Amino acid sequence: MAYFIPTAAEDVAPAEVAEVDLYHPKSFVTKYVFSQDAKVIAIQYAFTAIAIGLVALVLSWLMRLQLGFPDTFSFISAEAYYQFITMHGMIMVIYLLTALFLGGFGNYLIPLMVGARDMVFPYVNMLSYWVYLLAVLVLVASLFVPGGPTGAGWTLYPPQAILSGTPGSDGGIVLMLVSLALFIVGFTMGGLNYVVTVLQARTRGMSLMRMPLTVWGIFVATILALLAFPALFVGAVMMTLDRILGTSFFMPAIVELGEQLNYDGGSPLLFQHLFWFFGHPEVYIVALPGFGIVSDLLATHARRNIFGYRMMVWAIVIIGGLSFVVWAHHMYVSGMNPYFGFFFATTTLIIAVPTALKVYNWVLTLWRGNIHLTLPMLFAIAFIVTFVNGGITGLFLGNAVVDVPLSDTMFVVAHFHMVMGVAPILVIFGAIYHWYPKITGRMLNETLGQIHFWVTFIGAYSIFLPLHYLGLLGVPRRYYEMGETGFIPPSAHTLNGFVSIVALTVGVAQMVFLFNIVWSAYKGKKAGSNPWRATTLEWQTPETPPGHGNWGPELPVVYRWAYDYSVPGAKEDFIPQNVPPDKVAIEDGHKGLYGAAVQPAE
Amino acid sequence: MVVAVILLLVAIGTVLFHFLSPWWWTPIASNWSYVDHTIIVTFWITGVVFIAVIVFMAYCLFRYRHRKERRAEYEPENKKMEWWLTGLTTVGVAGMLTPGLFVWNQFVSVPEDAAEVEVLGQQWQWTYRLPGEDGVLGTSDTRLISSDNPFGLNPDDPNGQDDVLVDSDELHLQIDRPVKMLLRSVDVLHSFYVPQFRAKMDLVPGAVTYFWVSPTRTGTFDALCFELCGVGHYAMRGSVVVDEEGDYQAWLQDYPTFAEASAAARNETGDKTKLVLNEDRALSPGRPLAERDASQ
Repeated sequence: MAYFIPTAAEDVAPAEVAEVDLYHPKSFVTKYVFSQDAKVIAIQYAFTAIAIGLVALVLSWLMRLQLGFPDTFSFISAEAYYQFITMHGMIMVIYLLTALFLGGFGNYLIPLMVGARDMVFPYVNMLSYWVYLLAVLVLVASLFVPGGPTGAGWTLYPPQAILSGTPGSDGGIVLMLVSLALFIVGFTMGGLNYVVTVLQARTRGMSLMRMPLTVWGIFVATILALLAFPALFVGAVMMTLDRILGTSFFMPAIVELGEQLNYDGGSPLLFQHLFWFFGHPEVYIVALPGFGIVSDLLATHARRNIFGYRMMVWAIVIIGGLSFVVWAHHMYVSGMNPYFGFFFATTTLIIAVPTALKVYNWVLTLWRGNIHLTLPMLFAIAFIVTFVNGGITGLFLGNAVVDVPLSDTMFVVAHFHMVMGVAPILVIFGAIYHWYPKITGRMLNETLGQIHFWVTFIGAYSIFLPLHYLGLLGVPRRYYEMGETGFIPPSAHTLNGFVSIVALTVGVAQMVFLFNIVWSAYKGKKAGSNPWRATTLEWQTPETPPGHGNWGPELPVVYRWAYDYSVPGAKEDFIPQNVPPDKVAIEDGHKGLYGAAVQPAE
Repeated sequence: MVVAVILLLVAIGTVLFHFLSPWWWTPIASNWSYVDHTIIVTFWITGVVFIAVIVFMAYCLFRYRHRKERRAEYEPENKKMEWWLTGLTTVGVAGMLTPGLFVWNQFVSVPEDAAEVEVLGQQWQWTYRLPGEDGVLGTSDTRLISSDNPFGLNPDDPNGQDDVLVDSDELHLQIDRPVKMLLRSVDVLHSFYVPQFRAKMDLVPGAVTYFWVSPTRTGTFDALCFELCGVGHYAMRGSVVVDEEGDYQAWLQDYPTFAEASAAARNETGDKTKLVLNEDRALSPGRPLAERDASQ
């Protein structure tokens, strides 16, 4: 049966697995602190991720101050600059984006969207948050040890990462590696929850092909995380041993500033392979939840099913699989065997095809839709623009020989910011505007939201578009200052100044957003249980915000896919997933649903 | 309506920025113009797609904006359209990958008549070594590096005796001669890049990496380090001067061979000894080229 044909009530299969035995908390501490409720854990992840993300945002302002106005801020030394860029990058990719998408949105939305009461391992789920928090605290601790945090770049390449020419090579790098290891432990605990809950705890009638794409995106991303993080884990352990015990996993013979060191025989390229075997799936771990969420935002706010749901699911799965065979496109000029370039350029450009298909289907969801330009819709549209831009520059970099002049230039910086820093962040904002009423029962303020949206979208685009051209010019990345060269015109320095001003402006707009979040929790317009008139299960809970156990005494039963919007013949322009076919109100003058002939009224 | 217009402005603005911006690649000085051509092809194919997607979105936002009586269409999928789009995308992707792989093949295949030059990178300076009259570079080892032997050359290898040691950050190359740049680091990862050459490769300690290039015009070009190598990374600079043959030979005479330098180190005399690692080549970002040590 096609996935979009609903099942009659009597045909829904019985439950296969017993309900999750929930822990019923009694005290404030067990309800809101050491909570086993995925919704509380989600909020804890979100707050922690956003808090550390704000630290990384401030670091980016400091970086832009230095790049835009060199020789102006004497407190930004070269050491400090390299520490800023390292902490900014690592926090943003791992501690903000991964934690927020998987730990934040995953925990809140997965049980609700699949009709479960909670995750299947609630105690381990709770532990996963506290391990994540510990990882964040260890990372913050690296700011305060002698030598400060590591300045090795977020990629932490050896040998420089653990040698004295790099800031933080005393304690900072060790704390960074320990923090990453803790993060991985925590995310394995959480990841097992997300995967097993999707596989085992879906409610009656919720087949895999009836799950919203949000769940598919987070589900496949979690599988990627479980398989890819171990490579980073072992790399971190080996580098820690190199640093602390003097082993030579990654350290060849080295003369450091005149002095022979005790290392020998190790391979710096081994670290790069391990890091990028993790690192490339990592960017899809960040992107895939964004893809899934944006599909649902578009469908809901255009009142139209997501176009080509089945291909969208396959695209997520294929992108996830292919993401494991493209990693060395980060290494074309690393000195690895050059013949690898043929293989990885081919796989990298192949992965563009399912990704492009997703873009077409998002846009086709708007076509012949009934588009409401709400804030979630605006952010979804901005995502498409910036993701297409960022994805396209990936085609430049993925084509091995084109990467040769562009690698390690600002072109790479512009590419990964646009595709990972702007596009997914826009989805996160859209998702927050969309689900805030579910979590709090109130709407976010529309005016503040419009200001936040337009400054962020146009501003972020204006920051990163010009940087591509600086990269084409040959401006290198990770330079504390450019100084004078024979090939960079003075106008490039002016451009850098302009970009810095825009960056600070976009930063201020985020304060508007934060204010909105807090203010609307008390003063926002009351939302009701389903203000967006959405079909997915999380909007059909008996209480808003959802109570303990989510569904009240009876679990929901699902009769249809997640995208019955604007069904021909239905009175309303949406049919929730848990409404049986015989309970759907039919439009006057229609005989039935899904294209039955129109009957004139008698 | 407003949103659709703004999207169109974003698309138009992007195109205008691309064609009007003064920030474009620096004029090429090597044989790798095929790389530039492939970049142009990529810009055209991806540019058309980018504009098409945005313009189509703007059209949809206008044409299908919410109206009270509007109902969206109900069409779960359209397999035929999706397969067509997949097919066209595959053709576009192949159109970029094919020239790209051809040129990559050229990039990794060093011509037989290429000369060899070694670039030695260390925190945070460049020095160079040429194979001398026998055309063969002698073997080297990081463990042999000392203040008497800063290039770490193997004194027992006869091929190394006539190697010319260029203890300066300025390298000269001959115009129109393909050269294989052998890259050696004695400490951490570095990368040797002259933007006008369009070719680079990382230096990996413990290995010798390479790229090849043939300079096509004379001039003096910045060489920068393009792989983060510690706190002095941004100050690790040199230059490459492309000479006609006569000038190149003259420059070669300025530097000692390994044999001469070793003899001088033993005798502690000699006017061509510049063996000791040049400690005054400290972190000095942004020295204009004209001010660089021009004692050659």
